[in-house]
Amino acid sequence: MLKNRYFWLFMSPLSILLLWETSTRSGLLDPRFFPAPSAIFNYLLFTSPSEGLWVDISASLYRIFWGYLAGCASGIALGVIMGLNHTVRVMIYPLVALLYPIPKIAILPLIMLVFGIGEMSKIVIVAIGSFFLVLINTLHGVDSVAKIYHDVAQVYRIKKHNFILRVILPGASPAIFTGLKLAIGYSLVIVVAAEFSGADAGIGYLIWQSWETFSIKAMYAGIFVIGALGLAFSLTLNFLERRLTPWRDDDK
Amino acid sequence: MHISVTRLGKTFFRKKQQTIAYENLNFHIRQGEFFCILGPSGCGKTSLLRTIAGLEAATSGELNIQPLDSSKPSSIGMVFQEHGLFPWMTIRNNIRFLLENNAHMVGYDLDAIVNEFIHLVGLTKFADYFPHQLSGGMRQRVSIARSFANEPDILLMDEPFVFLDYQTRCALHGLLLEIWQRKKKTLVFVTHDIEEAVFLADRVLVMSAHPGTVKTIIDISLPRPRDFLTLRKLPAYQNQVNELMELLRAEDEALDHNNKQPV
Repeated sequence: MLKNRYFWLFMSPLSILLLWETSTRSGLLDPRFFPAPSAIFNYLLFTSPSEGLWVDISASLYRIFWGYLAGCASGIALGVIMGLNHTVRVMIYPLVALLYPIPKIAILPLIMLVFGIGEMSKIVIVAIGSFFLVLINTLHGVDSVAKIYHDVAQVYRIKKHNFILRVILPGASPAIFTGLKLAIGYSLVIVVAAEFSGADAGIGYLIWQSWETFSIKAMYAGIFVIGALGLAFSLTLNFLERRLTPWRDDDK
Repeated sequence: MHISVTRLGKTFFRKKQQTIAYENLNFHIRQGEFFCILGPSGCGKTSLLRTIAGLEAATSGELNIQPLDSSKPSSIGMVFQEHGLFPWMTIRNNIRFLLENNAHMVGYDLDAIVNEFIHLVGLTKFADYFPHQLSGGMRQRVSIARSFANEPDILLMDEPFVFLDYQTRCALHGLLLEIWQRKKKTLVFVTHDIEEAVFLADRVLVMSAHPGTVKTIIDISLPRPRDFLTLRKLPAYQNQVNELMELLRAEDEALDHNNKQPV
């Protein structure tokens, strides 16, 4: 039954929505606070000021895209360097352990102080959030590359760049992908939180604005969009993972 | 090509404890010979091979590897016990990747070399498979192809067939000898299997354990090309096997005796 994962991809959320729909229609839930999903979708797709919604979504996507890209690229790079160079690792690891547990949204004011209240501060906060998750997972991945591959590379005098690109990175890729998946979800969390204050567009801005003006349907529309984006991102990453690591196709 | 080992020794230091892997080893390996290092587990034979490979450093004595062409550094190929292939590369790319990084291979048609060696080990149909899609025996065929394809001065093999079943091991012994005779490489082969050593080697270095030392070096004067089914019927073969068995059994008894001594 679980073979048909695409069936469940739609069925699982659909059944919750169906339960919600009937609960609202039967009067079990207050439609002022819990409007029926059909009404929310109707708002989302047809009656919302289409320009506004799209502006908010694209604003958030823009911040996520650049922030995630910068954070992941630098996280992978530093993770590989720390994994292969003991000195760098010993010097940098305490900083990572110190900074990683600080909630990233707590340093948003500091970031805005440095990078201003514009786009850059939101991109930077997303980048920082992604960076640590990808860094820590990449480091773990590099550590997990079996010693024998280091031996083979040493005996056959594999050049450094080939060693990193074709031995270390593929060997670490399962852990790196774990980091990338955690980071994309976290990016959504951070960008929405960052947009709650000090933004003039974005999904977080839309939700906050709608709450303040009691536009409950618009608020839910924002939440639905976040969920849909999260789903789309994780499907994309799963697809990429299968594509880029074909030797692991029997794992799952 | 010539390897000379003089008073070579290695001691591990771990948590203030010393363990002698091997000590005072003296022997030579000649150009083009099939040299087996035979010994019980724990006699330091793998450690010795890793030292020759440059993966570990000895702590005393001298290891001198004279390259064939003295203008270039000697090149070494190695086959490991198992899992030596990169799981993320196809069979073809596992071989090609090492060639691409081999300074001696610049200017050669790498694809032709890859195809030749894949063919030599009978895996042409599986060239684009990943290692996990192959059996253990097929994977070691690839490891052998990979090590020979690099045209190294010395080939080192660390019990490459230890995890294979008997039938597969016999087939690979035959294949290894065939390729070795064709390519004329100096080959150093570590094993604890007496019959394997006698069947393959020109000379067998017998090691004793705790600490590893050279017990003796024995010439195996069996005719080549060797075929296992014919060879094992020869009295000369049986004699060689028996001689080595007795040597190693004496080793075991000495060890037992030592262990029973009060410390």
